[in-house]
Amino acid sequence: MSDAHSNSKFLVGIYDDDDVVLQAVKDVRKAGVKIHEVYSPFPIHGLDVALGHPRTKLGIAAFLFGLTGTLTAILLTFYTEGYDWPMIVGGKDSYSPIIYVPIFFELTVLFSALGMVGTFLLSNGLGPTVKPLMYDLRTTDNKFAMTIDMSKNDIGEGDIEGILKRSGAAEVNVKQF
Amino acid sequence: MSHVTSAVRTPLVTGGKTYADVTEDISRQVEGKPTREWTIAFTIAVVVLIYGAACVFWTWWEGLGVWGLNKTVGWAWDITNFVWWVGIGHAGTLISAILLLFRQKWRTAVNRAAEAMTIFAVICAASFILMHMGRPWLAYWALPLPNTLGSLWVNFKSPLVWDVFAISTYFTVSLVFWYMGLLPDLATIRDRARSKVSRYIYGAFSLGWNGSAKTWARYEYISLILAGLSTPLVLSVHTIVSMDFATSVIPGWHTTIFPPYFVAGAIFSGFAMVQNLVLIIRVVFKLEDYITVEHIESMNKVITLTGSIVGVAYLTEFFIAWYSGVEFESYAFINRATGPYWWAYAAMMTCNVISPQLFWSRAIRRSVVWTFTLSVIVNIGMWFERFVIIVTSLHRDYLPSSWAMFHPTLFDISDYIFSFGLFFTLFLLFSKFLPVVNMAEVKTVIKSSSEKLPASVSGVAKGERVTNPTFNKNID
Repeated sequence: MSDAHSNSKFLVGIYDDDDVVLQAVKDVRKAGVKIHEVYSPFPIHGLDVALGHPRTKLGIAAFLFGLTGTLTAILLTFYTEGYDWPMIVGGKDSYSPIIYVPIFFELTVLFSALGMVGTFLLSNGLGPTVKPLMYDLRTTDNKFAMTIDMSKNDIGEGDIEGILKRSGAAEVNVKQF
Repeated sequence: MSHVTSAVRTPLVTGGKTYADVTEDISRQVEGKPTREWTIAFTIAVVVLIYGAACVFWTWWEGLGVWGLNKTVGWAWDITNFVWWVGIGHAGTLISAILLLFRQKWRTAVNRAAEAMTIFAVICAASFILMHMGRPWLAYWALPLPNTLGSLWVNFKSPLVWDVFAISTYFTVSLVFWYMGLLPDLATIRDRARSKVSRYIYGAFSLGWNGSAKTWARYEYISLILAGLSTPLVLSVHTIVSMDFATSVIPGWHTTIFPPYFVAGAIFSGFAMVQNLVLIIRVVFKLEDYITVEHIESMNKVITLTGSIVGVAYLTEFFIAWYSGVEFESYAFINRATGPYWWAYAAMMTCNVISPQLFWSRAIRRSVVWTFTLSVIVNIGMWFERFVIIVTSLHRDYLPSSWAMFHPTLFDISDYIFSFGLFFTLFLLFSKFLPVVNMAEVKTVIKSSSEKLPASVSGVAKGERVTNPTFNKNID
C-alpha cells in the first residue's frame, strides 16, 4: 500500500456523518493539523479538494491510451488490407479509412478503458494480493475515519485529540502500524 | 454535497434507512445461507442449462442440419436469439453510464443488477454466434490473426468483423465497469466476513480497497470517464449489429433506419428484462425500500419512450417501402403483415406498439403486477421483432422459385432454452455471492432520499422530517 508507514503512530478520529467529516477536515486543517487521509464507505464530493489533494491526471491517461488504440486500429487495418493483402470489396478502395471507423472507434474505447482502469489500479496500489491498511473496519460500512500521522505533526497528541473531538469526532483511537 | 434535495422529489430509499441499515439489508443475502426459493430456482436453472448444453453439444456434433434452416432461410432462430440477447444487454450499460452522465440518481438502486444482466446477456448472445458458426473451434478465424493460409486476413470492410470488435469491446468494457463498481462493496463484505475463506476470496476480489479519499476521488473520476466511453459504445454496438442486415441487399434489411431503430429496440427490451429481474429481486431479497415504485415507474417511462420510438420506426419502414417505389421492398413489407408469418408480425405489433402504451396510465405504470406482465410481453414482442426482420425477409426474396418456409426443430428450441439456463444460472450465482444493489452508491443518495437525517447534521434534530430543506452550496 502506498500509505503504509512502518512504526508510525496514528490518531484516528471516527465520525458518524459525511457532512460532519467534510467540515471537520476544513476545521482540523485550519487548526494547523496535517491530515494523513480520510476513509469513507462512499465518495464524499469535495473531500479531495478540502484535503488539498491535487486533481487526478487519469483523464490524460485515458486520452493517451485512447490515442494508442486509434493508432493501433489504423496500423492494423492499413497493414492487413492496405499493404499485406489488398482486397477490393464492393468497389471500395483496398484501403478506405471511412469504412474502418467502427474498428477505430472500438479499439479507441477498448484501449482507453482498459488503460485508464489499469493506471487507476496501479496508482492506488490495488491488486488481488494487496492487504489493505484498515484504520477502522467500520469505514467500509457506516463510519468515516480521519487519520493523523503523529510523526508528521508537531502538535501534541492530547491537543490533536481535542481538535478532532471539537470537530465532531464521535471517538478518537490510537493505531500503531 | 447534494444530500438535501427538493421537497417535491419523492424519496429514492424509503423506510428511514441509515448507512448501517443499507449494509445490513443488502449484505444479508450474501452472508446468509441460500434461501429455499433461491435453491429451487438455481436447481431448475442448472437442470435447464445441462439439458440445453447437451442439445448445443449435439448441434455441434451433428452439424447445423439439426436446425430447421434451409438454403433460403440461412439465418433464423440463431441470429434472432443473438440480436435479442444483445439488445437485452444494452439496458445495463445504459442505466449505468447514460443515466450517470444525466445525473439520474434513481439509477443507483438498479444499476448493479442491470450491469450483471448486461454481462450475462452478452455471454448468451455470444453463445449463439458460436453456435451458428457450426464449428466453434474455428471461432478464432474471426480475429485478425496471421494464419497458415498465408497473408489472408479478416475482411475489415464487413460489418460481421465490426461485430466481433464491437461485441468483444462492449463485453470487456461492461465487465470492467461492473467490476469497478463492485470493488467498494466487495471490501464491505470482506470486512464483515466471519469465515477465513470468504475473507480471503472477497479480500482477493476487492483488490485491497480501503476507501481512502484519494482512491474515491480517482474512482469517481474514472467512473465518469468510463460512463462517457460506454455511452457511445452502447449506441455503436447495436448500430453495428443492425448493419449486419442494413448493408446487405435483401429487401426488408437494406434500410437506413435500422441503426437508431435497433438501438431504441435494444433499450426497450433491455429495460423490460431489467424490470423482470428487479421485480423478482426486490421481493425475494426484501429490498422494497431500495427498489421502490419510483424506480419501477422511471423505468416504465423509458420503456414507453423507447416503445414509441420502435412503433414509429415500424411505420416509417412501411412508409419508406412504399415511397421508395421499389416493388421488392414494398412486397417484403406487405408479405410481413399479410404473408404466412402474419401471426409473428401481429404478435410483434401487439406486444411492442400497443402494450407499452398502457404505461401512459399512472396506475398501470406504478403497478408491480402490470409492470411485470407487460415487461414479459415486451420481451416476447422484441423476440418476434427480430424473428420477423430475419425470417420474413429471407423466406421470400427476389426469386419466387427459391421461396421457402422456416420451421423450428427441437434443437432450434432447445438451443434457445439453453441460453435461458445459462442466463439464470449466472444471474442466480451473482445474486447469491455479490450484493445485488450497489451499497456505496445507495449510501450517497440516502440523505436526499430518506425521510430522516442523522442527529449529527446541524440544525436537524434526530428523526425530524425534513419538510423545508435548504440547498447546500457545495452541490456537485
